[in-house]
Amino acid sequence: MNIELIMAKENAFSLKFDTDWQYAPAPESSDHVEIKARYDLFIGGKFVQPNSKKYFNSINPATEAIVCEIAEANEQDVDDAVKAARKAFPAWTKIGGKERGKYLFRIARLIQERAREFSVIESIDGGKPIRESRDIDIPLAAAHFFYYAGWADKLEYAFPNRKVEPLGVAGQIIPWNFPLLMAAWKIAPALACGNCVVLKPAETTSVTAMKLAELIKDAGLPDGVVNIVTGAGKTGAAIVNHKDVNKIAFTGSTQVGKSIQKSIAGTGKKTTLELGGKAANIIFEDAPIDQAVEGVINGIFFNQGHVCCAGSRLFVQESVKDEVIQKLKIRLETLILGDPMDKNTDIGAINSKEQLKTITDYIKIGEQEGFEKFQANVAIPKKGYFCAPTLFLDVAQSSRLAQEEIFGPVLAIQTFRTVDEAIEKANNTPYGLSAGVWTDKGSKAFNMAAQLKAGVIWANTFNKFDPTSPFGGFKESGFGREGGMHGLAAYLKVS
Amino acid sequence: MDFTKSPKIDQVGLVERAARFKTRSIKKDAKIQGLKMALSMIDLTTLEGKDTEGKVKQLCYKAMHPDDRLDVPTVAAICVYPNYVAIAKKTLGASGVKVASVATAFPSGNSNLTVKLEDVKMAIDAGADEIDMVISRGKFHQGEYQFVYDEIATIKEACGTSRLKVILETGELGAADNVRRASDIAIHAGADFIKTSTGKISPAATMPVTLLMLEAIKDHYLKTGKMVGMKPAGGISDSKTALQFLVMLRETLGNNWLTNEWFRFGASRLTNDILLQLKKQATGIYQSGDYFSKD
Repeated sequence: MNIELIMAKENAFSLKFDTDWQYAPAPESSDHVEIKARYDLFIGGKFVQPNSKKYFNSINPATEAIVCEIAEANEQDVDDAVKAARKAFPAWTKIGGKERGKYLFRIARLIQERAREFSVIESIDGGKPIRESRDIDIPLAAAHFFYYAGWADKLEYAFPNRKVEPLGVAGQIIPWNFPLLMAAWKIAPALACGNCVVLKPAETTSVTAMKLAELIKDAGLPDGVVNIVTGAGKTGAAIVNHKDVNKIAFTGSTQVGKSIQKSIAGTGKKTTLELGGKAANIIFEDAPIDQAVEGVINGIFFNQGHVCCAGSRLFVQESVKDEVIQKLKIRLETLILGDPMDKNTDIGAINSKEQLKTITDYIKIGEQEGFEKFQANVAIPKKGYFCAPTLFLDVAQSSRLAQEEIFGPVLAIQTFRTVDEAIEKANNTPYGLSAGVWTDKGSKAFNMAAQLKAGVIWANTFNKFDPTSPFGGFKESGFGREGGMHGLAAYLKVS
Repeated sequence: MDFTKSPKIDQVGLVERAARFKTRSIKKDAKIQGLKMALSMIDLTTLEGKDTEGKVKQLCYKAMHPDDRLDVPTVAAICVYPNYVAIAKKTLGASGVKVASVATAFPSGNSNLTVKLEDVKMAIDAGADEIDMVISRGKFHQGEYQFVYDEIATIKEACGTSRLKVILETGELGAADNVRRASDIAIHAGADFIKTSTGKISPAATMPVTLLMLEAIKDHYLKTGKMVGMKPAGGISDSKTALQFLVMLRETLGNNWLTNEWFRFGASRLTNDILLQLKKQATGIYQSGDYFSKD
């Protein structure tokens, strides 16, 4: 390295993003949105009050205001929902794939028509920036219904020379990070295959699921084909333990996934579990660095890091470490954190007070372990649950930051020297949901893809989702695949 | 300097990042401020075979007085062929509007260095404040990077105190990697500005290609502390696009580049669209094009 470069490094010229030209607030209007004061359960095509007589509040995490009340379903309610699904099942199977496809197409189109309303509610109830709910969550949810609508009358072609039958009643439990999208991931393939469902959204994000229930009613779907029960862990457990449920599809934490597997052992219930992750994003020295940096930012800060496949571990080859870290820091300066309803917001609110505590606890752990911390210079709003985008530098493989899922905007940066070391470190985790590889060399990317133990591997990109592509994990990230043709197999008995 | 080692660009990621800037919502005061800034960065251009002194004079007046009924700045410069530099300089007087001249056998650049230097000298002698040269794309494609570098360096020397804008003609370079390499060559050879296009070739100034050139400028600045300007030219004809370019500039290079010292739009039709939008912001009404002077 010549003397000029060494001096440049020491001086570290910086760019100023605190500009004279500031973007004016650009809030998305919520005037057109109707949120009821209270939502009941959706069972057998009707909105019914819960047997528990109990309701809980749904909170807007950006303002801490109460959005509405949500019914708490108890065992009796879950039983009613399963019975309604069971009752609807024979007719739903009998009408055939072509008819089922029509209903799914109708649901997809209605989601598109009401996309603006859904995206606004998703941001109010969940805290994610309107840009993401508008451009990603809702369009993808519609895309999943469209995709599986197309399969409904072609199931035999997906499994040539095999006989396919629906499973029956599917119990589906979904997380709070992509509320409507996860509902679509679960409901669309199940219905296409001829099953009926009992779906439970996460307790902090039930509103779009209940709006979906209204939409499903408007679509004229036969009563009981889709039932939506709201509540917390106990409601979920009631679904898992119900004797007349044939299939459990769960997306959420590894801890809960393990307990589900324990409780259904020996019952013959079919399962798919999509659990946590601690994805490695690996940057080689020959990578397109600017695009890689953008991919890393997108990988960890998309949806405030509440993404099971988030690229929460960055492995960067030592020869380009300084450049990558400098550029990450610069990029952090231009991220806009704040009101999820503002169209310019990049990072919205953390989904709940509990999750914010989990994340801040991990940040404290990182500090205590002595790793260098870098946080974006952003003003944190006084109200609401917000967390500044955070980098930890030179994190050790043995650190909890590198081993445990944080599910927030916290990136653990590690370095490596050789390809083998990158593979070994990336695979040295109990998880295996996704990974990212950044290199200009195709052979290297394919070699990495073959050796990384992860369900999804992105090369020179990250966090790309498409209904045609299967998604799922290795090891503690779960089993079974959702999306694509693989997603059909999870809802069929193939013989 | 080995320009074959220029950083690699991933085209897909580049396009994606550029598209992201378009999602920024620029409203109200931010919009007015942005539009005025864009206007002040325009190199009002006429580069036609049928250019005349009359046309150039008209353009100079427009550059100094985009619309006297609105509170707007002058444009940054006017951009003409070398033989109209003198008349432009005279017409613009002490208005502060600069005169830029294309040179070096514009637009193809297919001539020898002697002719190119003569071309530059003619413009400089006539009083050009800025020279917009073209690189030898043929030599670039033949892999003769040193030739391209030397040519730029020689022209830079001939420019004296006039600022040099180096046109890469990105529409003829093909791959993003080539644009990055050409940017690095121009920057290292002493370009004061790097510029996308002549305006004679399509595609011209797209957002992705401009972004990757901004990133080349950024890398150079981070390593050396030296600023280089950027001029997207060709194809930017409406206010919305201009604002999106400014958003991209703001979030890639930051505050220091948000001035016509370091950023220009090479455009002719953009001016009136900005005036139309500013009028709309002031009155709430979109007016017909007839209310804005063509030249």
